Amino acid sequence: MPKPVPKSEFDLGWKDIEPGCAVSQPGNASQYRCGDWRSIRPIWDHTKCVKCGVCFIYCPDAAIHKNEEGYFEADLYYCKGCGICKQECITGCITMVEESE
Amino acid sequence: MGKRIGIENSIAAADAIRMANVDVVAAYPITPQTHIVEHLAELVANGELDAEFIPVESEHSAMSVCCGSVAVGARTFTCTSAQGLALMNEIVFITASMRLPVVMILANRSLSGPLSIWNDHTDVMSVRDCGWIQVFADNGQELFDHVFFAFRVAEDRKVSLPVMINIDGFIVTHMIEAVEYWDEEQVKRYLPDFKPVNVLHPDKPITMGAFGLPGIFSEAKKNQNEALLASKPHIMKAWGEMAQITGRKYAPVETYKLEGADTAFLTMGSFSETASIAIDKLREQGRPVGQIKLRLWRPFPFDELREAVKGIKNLIVIDRAISYGGPGGPVASEIRAAFYGEMKMPAIANFLCGFAGRDVTPDDFLKMYAKTGELLKGGKTIREEDYILYGVRE
Repeated sequence: MPKPVPKSEFDLGWKDIEPGCAVSQPGNASQYRCGDWRSIRPIWDHTKCVKCGVCFIYCPDAAIHKNEEGYFEADLYYCKGCGICKQECITGCITMVEESE
Repeated sequence: MGKRIGIENSIAAADAIRMANVDVVAAYPITPQTHIVEHLAELVANGELDAEFIPVESEHSAMSVCCGSVAVGARTFTCTSAQGLALMNEIVFITASMRLPVVMILANRSLSGPLSIWNDHTDVMSVRDCGWIQVFADNGQELFDHVFFAFRVAEDRKVSLPVMINIDGFIVTHMIEAVEYWDEEQVKRYLPDFKPVNVLHPDKPITMGAFGLPGIFSEAKKNQNEALLASKPHIMKAWGEMAQITGRKYAPVETYKLEGADTAFLTMGSFSETASIAIDKLREQGRPVGQIKLRLWRPFPFDELREAVKGIKNLIVIDRAISYGGPGGPVASEIRAAFYGEMKMPAIANFLCGFAGRDVTPDDFLKMYAKTGELLKGGKTIREEDYILYGVRE
């Protein structure tokens, strides 16, 4: 099932906000773009990756998923760039690169 | 129409809260608010008021409980003074930003120190920017009437904001006055049942009080400010309907003997009645002096103020608080700001007096009038920093 495109906080005008900033629709934590916090992001070197999935297991935000080829990658909408995946990677295939401006 | 009876104003206020059929009272006793909450506790204990009286351990808890009880749809009241307000400060701001229609009577008292239990406006001025609707009542009758007004406006679904009724501690709270009670029928006509905009209920879960990132915070603040500004017509309607029901007319800015006046006193709270006596004396002497009373402090009534001041050359603003090292009185500071950029602006003299319950008599108002004349002699101007702490010994 395709994921609904979440609305970023930057897409909301002042009139869109409910009285008292109440959130009347439950289950909307997935719309929260915590990827905005990121200053570095993980990249995978597929020549070293053995598709073991340790990065997937350790990601505290469940922001890592498997792609069609069986490699793992980060969903940059959620990835905060914490680097835990790089720390835990057994083969050392993940490097954290700086986000450009 | 109800009976007109002689009663202590605090007791009358508590009776009004009973008649408004409040569901929850959460309050911590503090002088000079004490008689209001003590009487409410008595009414609940005697079974005369079917409400939860929650004896909280602090004012911070009092306002927190109020937020919770309004959030589930209960009509909620609290009451405090000075240090109590300072202790609940954090939640006072949150109540407004969450649009929770709590009603609070603030029995105005001086913020320590030196430690004081007596009246001035330093407490309310410390929460000037808290986002509540703020009104001032001058006497027991106005306090009684404004209890119904406060619930009506706060809970109006188009408003949904907390309302603070300011009343001078001791000077009004502990005074025995003639108060005309409303009858049950009047209350019923004026105050509908509370139907909150947002309500916490397991059948329809919602989130209240979530955090806001920098990307949404400014939009949230604009939303809140627009809501407070938009409350004005509902405030006017609530006063209009009260006039129909009780015959008593209230307005954001009220005037006394202003016709043909070139000088006016601007007052808030119980000073207003004292100043009126001085104005009667000055008028008897043939001096064209009138009075402007600021009843609605937030949202600030810019248009009504400018309209009232038309034709006034000298405005004498009385403050009961001080902005240390700043513009003197916070009220005068706002009044000046309201006229900045206007084609015609009155000279504005600012007297700070009545701190911590010090008496200010009609004779003092006469002296302030004379002093203003001296300040402006020979075409001199008065700047913002030329405020005077009236009656202070050298």
